[in-house]
Amino acid sequence: MGVALAVGPVTGRTPGSIELLGVTKRFLTPSGASMTALRDVDMVIAPGQFCAVVGPTGCGKSTTLTLVSGLDRPSAGTVRVGGQPVEGIPKGVGFVFQNDALLPWKTVLGNVLLGPMFRGLPRKEAEARGREWLQVVGLADFASHHPHQLSGGMRKRVSLAAALINEPSILLMDEPFGALDVQTKAIMSNELLALWEQTRPSVIFVTHDLEEAIGLADRVVVMTAGPGTVKAVYDIDLPRPRGAVQEIRFEHRFLELHQQIWESLRSEVGRAYARTAAIPGAVGGQA
Amino acid sequence: MTDDAKLTAQSAASASGHAAADAGSIAAEAMRRRRRRRVLTYAGRLITLALIVGGWQVLTDVKIVDAFFFGSPVGIVNRLIDWAEHGTAYGSLWEQIWITIEEALLGFVAGVVSGVVFGVALGEFRYLADVLGPYIKVVNALPRIVLGSIFIIWLGLGMSSKVVLAAVLVFFVVFFNAFQGVRDVDRNLVANARILGASRLQITRHVVFPSALTWIIASLHVSLGFSIIGAIVGEFLGAQKGLGLVIATAQNTFDANGVFAAMLVIGILALSAEALMAQLERRLLSWRPPSSAEIADAAVA
Repeated sequence: MGVALAVGPVTGRTPGSIELLGVTKRFLTPSGASMTALRDVDMVIAPGQFCAVVGPTGCGKSTTLTLVSGLDRPSAGTVRVGGQPVEGIPKGVGFVFQNDALLPWKTVLGNVLLGPMFRGLPRKEAEARGREWLQVVGLADFASHHPHQLSGGMRKRVSLAAALINEPSILLMDEPFGALDVQTKAIMSNELLALWEQTRPSVIFVTHDLEEAIGLADRVVVMTAGPGTVKAVYDIDLPRPRGAVQEIRFEHRFLELHQQIWESLRSEVGRAYARTAAIPGAVGGQA
Repeated sequence: MTDDAKLTAQSAASASGHAAADAGSIAAEAMRRRRRRRVLTYAGRLITLALIVGGWQVLTDVKIVDAFFFGSPVGIVNRLIDWAEHGTAYGSLWEQIWITIEEALLGFVAGVVSGVVFGVALGEFRYLADVLGPYIKVVNALPRIVLGSIFIIWLGLGMSSKVVLAAVLVFFVVFFNAFQGVRDVDRNLVANARILGASRLQITRHVVFPSALTWIIASLHVSLGFSIIGAIVGEFLGAQKGLGLVIATAQNTFDANGVFAAMLVIGILALSAEALMAQLERRLLSWRPPSSAEIADAAVA
């Protein structure tokens, strides 16, 4: 068990399936040189699957998300969402950014109801739905606060509500809890799982944190140091509902998986580090 | 309860009592110090004013400086009273003031609206910015006051030439700020709005414009002053009414008191405009967390 490399393409038009086939993305650096961020990435995520992507800094994890969300286009290969090639922003995609992308001049409620409002729901209905979602994330009392008046964890909950209010079939998360302290991060992970289990969107969850990845996901994809490509895929067979993420960490199976995946991730982290630190000979070394 | 336990309980109680007293006295002390500083500040300001005005008056009274060329505080006040009671050469003082205010305000509004529209449009459409950019730079490099002469030739001595001059001065300030503000928008916020399903127009309205508003409002302070300058310089260059004309006339008749009196009126105008603007700014930017400078200000005040 463990390594289960890319499965065949998902057939039909299932809303929520994500496929990346032979995807390469190159950027033009300011100096005019071309930089390959992703090379030949194959990744398939079934509807309702929670997939975590781990890899060293600068391996193109975030680029993967921008390609799936349609914010950017691949240089080669195809990206399909719900069986359809991505052109523009696909329907039913939600995105949670690392820095909560809340509008500082809108209230908490104003931020949450942006999605329905942009989609043309009448103001009254949008507001009612916004309040419902604030209730769900436990911020009903903070509806008229401005984002700067909230703590980091609360802002994250607002971002989650703002992304989930459109009832996405696909939720893309780019190191969403990266800026939070450890305790808040643990609480937010539990809340995310609870929310996910209610609506069951497909998730791509990009993170540096392997424990977080194993604790949350059905499947962990390890990417190589840039240019990023899929190095290995691990199915996480921990039972659901997972319960408290911080307790599952001590289970035997969790530790086993952690060890396996870390083994694979370690050499990539070492390579990426050697590159930034320019230490010759540290390639694949002790990380 | 053992004696030891009693002792610690007692000391704990007295410690918390101390803490409460300390908190109270610290607050009172801070309040006292703040009040003291405020009183000292105002006293210092009053003394400075008294020294300048008094010194000026004394120097002219003992004829060390010539009151004919330099005016005197008493002369200025007398001139103002005279204007208020008998009017200036061009009608009542209030009419002159009102004309100048009207020109400045109309110019301000026209300049702000056009500046915001062009700034946002050029910021949003790269192509427009690339095409028009050099021309805007050229016009901006001109000392724009000289345009006043052209406007008077085109539009005559009436109000419209002053309004246009004020509008042009305001336009460039607001335009560059709006443009920069639009360029400065957080790309993450735009990406997020796009994913949430916003159209291009919705993004401009809900993300780009409010974000640029911080920059635009910062420019309003400066441009309000510019609109008053525009109106007065316009009147100076050629007009039938207004404070600028009053100054020009006073200058031509070597009436130093008249020049100073009109300056005083303009100064009061500018300060009131500034105060109104600050009020508006606070209203529009109420969503912002107080900056550290503002917190420092609050502590001083």
